[in-house]
Amino acid sequence: MNTTRFVIALLGHLLLASPSYTASLLITNGTVFIGDDAPSSQLDILIEDGLVEAVGSDLSAADADQVIDAAGRPVTPALFAGITAAGLSEIGMVYEAVDSRLNELYTGLMHPEFDVRKAYNPLSSVVPVTRIEGYGYTLLAAAFGDRTISGQGSLVRFDSGFDSFEGKTTIFVNVDGYSGNKIGGSRAAHWMLLETAFSSLAAKQGNGFWLTHNEHPLINQDGRATLKDARENGIFVFRANRASDILQVLAFSRKHQLNAIISGGQEAWIVREALAESGTPVVINALDNLPGSFDGLGARLDNAALLHRAGVSLLFTSGETHNARKLRQVAGNAVANGLPYEAAIAAMTSRPAEVFGGKPRMIAPGLRADVVIWSDDPLNITSAADQVIIDGKLDPMTSRQTELLKRYLPTEPGLGRAYINP
Amino acid sequence: MLGLLGTLFMRSLFFALTPLLIPMVLQAQPEAFPSTYEAPSGPPVLFKNATILTGDGRRLDDTDLYIANGQIQWVGAGEIGPDATAVDASDRWITPGLIDVHSHLGVYPSPGVAAHSDGNEATAPVTAEVWAEHSVWPQDPGFSRALAGGVTAMQILPGSANLFGGRGVTLKNVPSISYQGMKFPDAPHGLKMACGENPKRVYGGRTQAPSTRMGNVAAYRSAWIRAQRYQADWDRYNQAVKDAAEAAENDSSGASVASALLTNTPPRRNLELDTLAGALRGDILVHMHCYRADEMLTILDMAEEFGYRVGTFHHGVEAYKIADELAENDVCGALWSDWWGFKIEAYDGIQENIALVDRATGGCAIVHSDSDEGIQRLNQEAAKAMLRGNRAGLDIPPERAIRWITYNAAKSLGVHEQTGSIEDGKMADVVLWNQDPFSVYAKPLQVYIDGVLRYEQDNPSRSPKSDFELGQLMGTAQ
Repeated sequence: MNTTRFVIALLGHLLLASPSYTASLLITNGTVFIGDDAPSSQLDILIEDGLVEAVGSDLSAADADQVIDAAGRPVTPALFAGITAAGLSEIGMVYEAVDSRLNELYTGLMHPEFDVRKAYNPLSSVVPVTRIEGYGYTLLAAAFGDRTISGQGSLVRFDSGFDSFEGKTTIFVNVDGYSGNKIGGSRAAHWMLLETAFSSLAAKQGNGFWLTHNEHPLINQDGRATLKDARENGIFVFRANRASDILQVLAFSRKHQLNAIISGGQEAWIVREALAESGTPVVINALDNLPGSFDGLGARLDNAALLHRAGVSLLFTSGETHNARKLRQVAGNAVANGLPYEAAIAAMTSRPAEVFGGKPRMIAPGLRADVVIWSDDPLNITSAADQVIIDGKLDPMTSRQTELLKRYLPTEPGLGRAYINP
Repeated sequence: MLGLLGTLFMRSLFFALTPLLIPMVLQAQPEAFPSTYEAPSGPPVLFKNATILTGDGRRLDDTDLYIANGQIQWVGAGEIGPDATAVDASDRWITPGLIDVHSHLGVYPSPGVAAHSDGNEATAPVTAEVWAEHSVWPQDPGFSRALAGGVTAMQILPGSANLFGGRGVTLKNVPSISYQGMKFPDAPHGLKMACGENPKRVYGGRTQAPSTRMGNVAAYRSAWIRAQRYQADWDRYNQAVKDAAEAAENDSSGASVASALLTNTPPRRNLELDTLAGALRGDILVHMHCYRADEMLTILDMAEEFGYRVGTFHHGVEAYKIADELAENDVCGALWSDWWGFKIEAYDGIQENIALVDRATGGCAIVHSDSDEGIQRLNQEAAKAMLRGNRAGLDIPPERAIRWITYNAAKSLGVHEQTGSIEDGKMADVVLWNQDPFSVYAKPLQVYIDGVLRYEQDNPSRSPKSDFELGQLMGTAQ
């Protein structure tokens, strides 16, 4: 295929795949959660050229090319899908199709410069599977694992764009017992290495490597530059569940002036006052209630409620990539265990964008129109997304899974299911 | 004269051998590791004005339910004892106790440290001789969490590393020092088998058979052939014992002498083949981990070849592709509501899977967990599957969906005569919910097992804790 034909084919493909475009769209009679922690109100939303133009009562349909009557159904900003490897992991155990993790490389112990965004594939089947369930963005992560620093990522928007990254560079750091056991046999080894690495940022390095050992440099020049920059402009997500580990994160971050976030946080409720005081957000899986490890003996279902009450900024993640769509259920269970409903809505919509430096995700004039109309309570498992709207465009609401359903829903296979091509 | 002597000889030989023979007869072994579970007596309870999902497809609004002596006494109206406790269940919902057919609680317990990893005897592809119950740690805190989610019984299975992983055990979800104290009385054992990627990856990775799907099938068939031969040896032997006994009774001789001699040499007992032969006879129910539709059909043909029944396919993310075939073969599908994509054999998972398996006439859909989190929220998992079915136009009301986590699960485990639905005379395994259970906000208020209140929300005296949880995090300000 020559280049011209390739480009034409590519353009054709993109045109076919692009969602149906409406210049202006009016959603009427929505039970609208604008994305902060305010209660819902009955509102209309006018969207023009991908942006929310107006939000109010009785907006005129005359201005709109298309009108959707929400008929009282809930409307929210498109949700945050949690910390995932969406677009990085097509199939969990097909390792050549998984790019979220830096495995064995001999060049150093720490690679904060490992940037998973280079591997992001918006055409992964995971993206539409997640998007049609009402999710508009995720935090793309270098998978938590054995290393002290897993690498870097950032927010990415589920708009099928190849470079729809947003927000601050986010470095993923592991300081839990599991990873500590893999690196030096102690979680204290993480702090030893981190202290060395961060202290080195101040020192001048001649040879480009900061050596702790003849054969194994701790961190290379790019890594040091990454840390330096992230210290100024980025975010550090620390994987920590145990209360004592969380306090170590707070102390370290204070000392090195880091913008820190806790991920895991099963025992965060024990140190919630310190978390609130330092303004450190916590990303939890609100379903964690088992002592799955000795780091999480204090895991409990009202962790979210306790953190919120103490004034801690709260976010959710499910630990899932393929089933990231489960996060609504996670948030719903947090509400069932004492978290105020509107706080859960904020944690699922606008708060993650604020915390990770993305564009604002509220339903407000001038902001991008990433909006979902739900069949019912968006935090309940009795509901589903009826219509996802990204950039003011109606999502076709199809994925590989809806195509499979269309193939197998008919009771008569005819010549064979292979001939049922929706 | 000779005949009489022969008969006397026979008789004495037979009776001399009898005490030795009885425990050797394959079909009549005494139960090993028997259940020691006995429900304490609980006071009779009258639930008034409840919405009852019976578990077998009915919904009864504004209805009373009476449990006493460990059993469901009546639904609707009837006599009550003078010592009955009344529970106002207006605006409350009642379901049978939930049942999970696929759990690894106890064999992969919390905390999940390496020394607790007792679920896969991944040292040979055929380990039908191992029993999951021998790995169960009764102090797993997961049991009490599942109880708070309304689970009253569950099958603990070995993992799926092996083609034949071993025997599963059905437990009542009651706290006990031993698994024997949890064992569901008279429940049949399960046999865990596995298709597909896991066995071939585990053993192929060691350059050992099986390393392919065709290797998987060859190894199953070889094992079944050995089991058939083992069963035939025992049948021949048992027949000989019977003939010899009859000959002794009838004072006859002749061919019976040969039979009597045969009784001298019982086949050697083999734990692996005990399990496999039990599955061939149908005494042990086959639970097969299998994702892909084509592989499930291969397995059904194999079952035909060897004359056994596949009871339940577990995981079956492609079960929707063969829902009719599963129903025709009376095979249950124990499935997740939304898991997919974690390996390539799970790539075609869709959220309508359970509803489509349920749609087939005679279909037996089950929601299973395979997860210490999911088992706590089987009602939520079922709710998600119900929603997807309804959105696909299948019209599934709550009274139908509840079967997926009660009656159908009980049927899969062979305990549906005893539990799994709210019917007179059945075990009083009952959950009282604060609302319609198919909601993220639904919670069990009370959970009864054999009529005994085993869990009550916000009641510390009815919230069991394992030994492991005692005295942890001392000094933490609550």
